[in-house]
Amino acid sequence: MFKDITLGQYYPGESVIHKLDPRTKLSGTMLFLISLFINDKFIGLGLALLFLATMVKISGVPARFITRGLKGIFLIVLITVLFSVFYVNTGTLLVDFWIFKIYSGGLSNAAFIAIRIMLLVLGSSLMTLTTTPTRLTDGLEKGLRCLNIIHFPVHSLAMIMSIALRFIPILTQEMNKIQKAQMARGADFEKRGFLRRIRGFVPLLVPLIISAFRRAADLAQAMDARCYHGGKGRTKMKPLRYARRDFIGYLVLFSFLALTIVIRIMPYGY
Amino acid sequence: MALIDIHHLFHSFYRYNESGEVAGTKEALRDVTLSIEAGTFVAVLGHNGSGKSTLAKHINALFLPSKGQVLVDGRDTKDAANVLLIRREAGMVFQNPDNQMIANVVEEEVAFGPENIGVPTEEIWERVADSLERVGMTAYRMHSPDRLSGGQKQRVAIAGIVSMKPQCIILDEPTAMLDPVGRREVLRTLHELNEKEKITILLITHHMDETIDADRVIVMDDGEVVLDDVPREVFAHVDELRSRGLDVPVPTQLAYELKKRGLELPEGILSEEEFVDAYMKLCK
Ligand SMILES: Nc1ncnc2c1ncn2[C@@H]1O[C@H](COP(=O)(O)OP(=O)(O)OP(=O)(O)O)[C@@H](O)[C@H]1O
Ligand SMILES: [Mg+2]
Repeated sequence: MFKDITLGQYYPGESVIHKLDPRTKLSGTMLFLISLFINDKFIGLGLALLFLATMVKISGVPARFITRGLKGIFLIVLITVLFSVFYVNTGTLLVDFWIFKIYSGGLSNAAFIAIRIMLLVLGSSLMTLTTTPTRLTDGLEKGLRCLNIIHFPVHSLAMIMSIALRFIPILTQEMNKIQKAQMARGADFEKRGFLRRIRGFVPLLVPLIISAFRRAADLAQAMDARCYHGGKGRTKMKPLRYARRDFIGYLVLFSFLALTIVIRIMPYGY
Repeated sequence: MALIDIHHLFHSFYRYNESGEVAGTKEALRDVTLSIEAGTFVAVLGHNGSGKSTLAKHINALFLPSKGQVLVDGRDTKDAANVLLIRREAGMVFQNPDNQMIANVVEEEVAFGPENIGVPTEEIWERVADSLERVGMTAYRMHSPDRLSGGQKQRVAIAGIVSMKPQCIILDEPTAMLDPVGRREVLRTLHELNEKEKITILLITHHMDETIDADRVIVMDDGEVVLDDVPREVFAHVDELRSRGLDVPVPTQLAYELKKRGLELPEGILSEEEFVDAYMKLCK
């Protein structure tokens, strides 16, 4: 049941995209998402699609890995599409059947939203596929350092994130062990039905949570013993440094954003 | 002056009831006085609950004395300003290797300590390479700790302490979860560190055979130090050790039993070889 939890769905590679500083990729993804919301024309989405496709091509990540993320959001896309098909009543009336009225405006609106959501997911997939979780947390920590002035605990959050990532495989293993131990004593985890399966979880979760707390206490002590005292005065084995490729990256990103804004303020086009 | 000086140390754990009042106390350490010289290899023995871990945590300033004093390299653990300095001089390795690893890659794990004490980046790289070399784990530098055997994990944990350049390493049952091969690996690493780097080792263990090569064995029972001597002398007290819930190494026990039945074997036999030698001499 838990065999296929893979976190940090990193796709190893040596491309420029892989090598970019995680901060560049994080802000790049942010800018890309913002550009999607600036867009109000299909031609703008087309540009975004082109931009993303080029990045994917450069990264060398196979398309099927990128599109895998779409499976998870199928339901959300479907619901959004249905809502906008039936609620938007601009344009010409295309279908009029019983209580359902479908307008051309509704259809194009639905298509627009669907494409936008899909691009959103694809864009963030590219980032997680080309950045290891460790680099990602490093990037977050350094990129959000400015929030320290308002006493936002950036370092602690990054540390929590990286420890969580480290313990996911350990706790997954442990969960499998508990499950097998309970199966050996006659527990049945193959039950049908949603509610029954949820109920089957409870006897797994209780020992798992208790053990997680014990591990947390141990780990806290081990960190104390190794002089951990928060982010103050801490140095890094692998500090993040911007390279030339990152400046080129930012240049490309801002040109893309500028173009998107131009398309937005164009008075004509679809 | 000794590296570690413990004067009349007491430690009590309190149990609280729902309204937050003290419902019971447990004296885990009672009037412990010890001093450990720099460069020695000390083994600590004692049955479950005898206070070994509690003692170890006092040396690392994870616990503070209820009464008494602990000095590490002349610094009092009670002084908050000393805590970081003490922890960097007296590193600690715990029983469960999984629960003391922070990073996803071996080299980053070893770098965690130096990062915390603010070692400059270039020096961190040197220290990591050096520490991995010392424990013989250089080949696994880029591996994930999850893929290592128990013995390898503990050696990485030891490297993680060595990289802070401590004077002393305290290990709390580091081999308890390991198979015999892993145990041997870890023991060999510790003896090498002790001999080559002159790092003081304080090894807490349940396995008698891990203590016979130590310079000194301390036996604890119910929060007190009951025996403290070189292994040969300590293991001569077979009856006393047994009465305190401890075994002695098999050759020692065999020699002891044979002696009781009239064979003229010398006292304090520790290893198989010694036993065979003594026995052969007797046969001649
Ligand atoms: N956090 C705690 N709260 C209350 N009592 C504790 C706590 N930790 C230890 N004790 C008690 O203190 C005593 C000494 O415990 P300690 O862990 O030092 O023993 P130990 O010699 O390390 O045993 P083991 O061989 O099982 O590791 C025990 O009786 C134990 O029950
Ligand atoms: Mg213990």
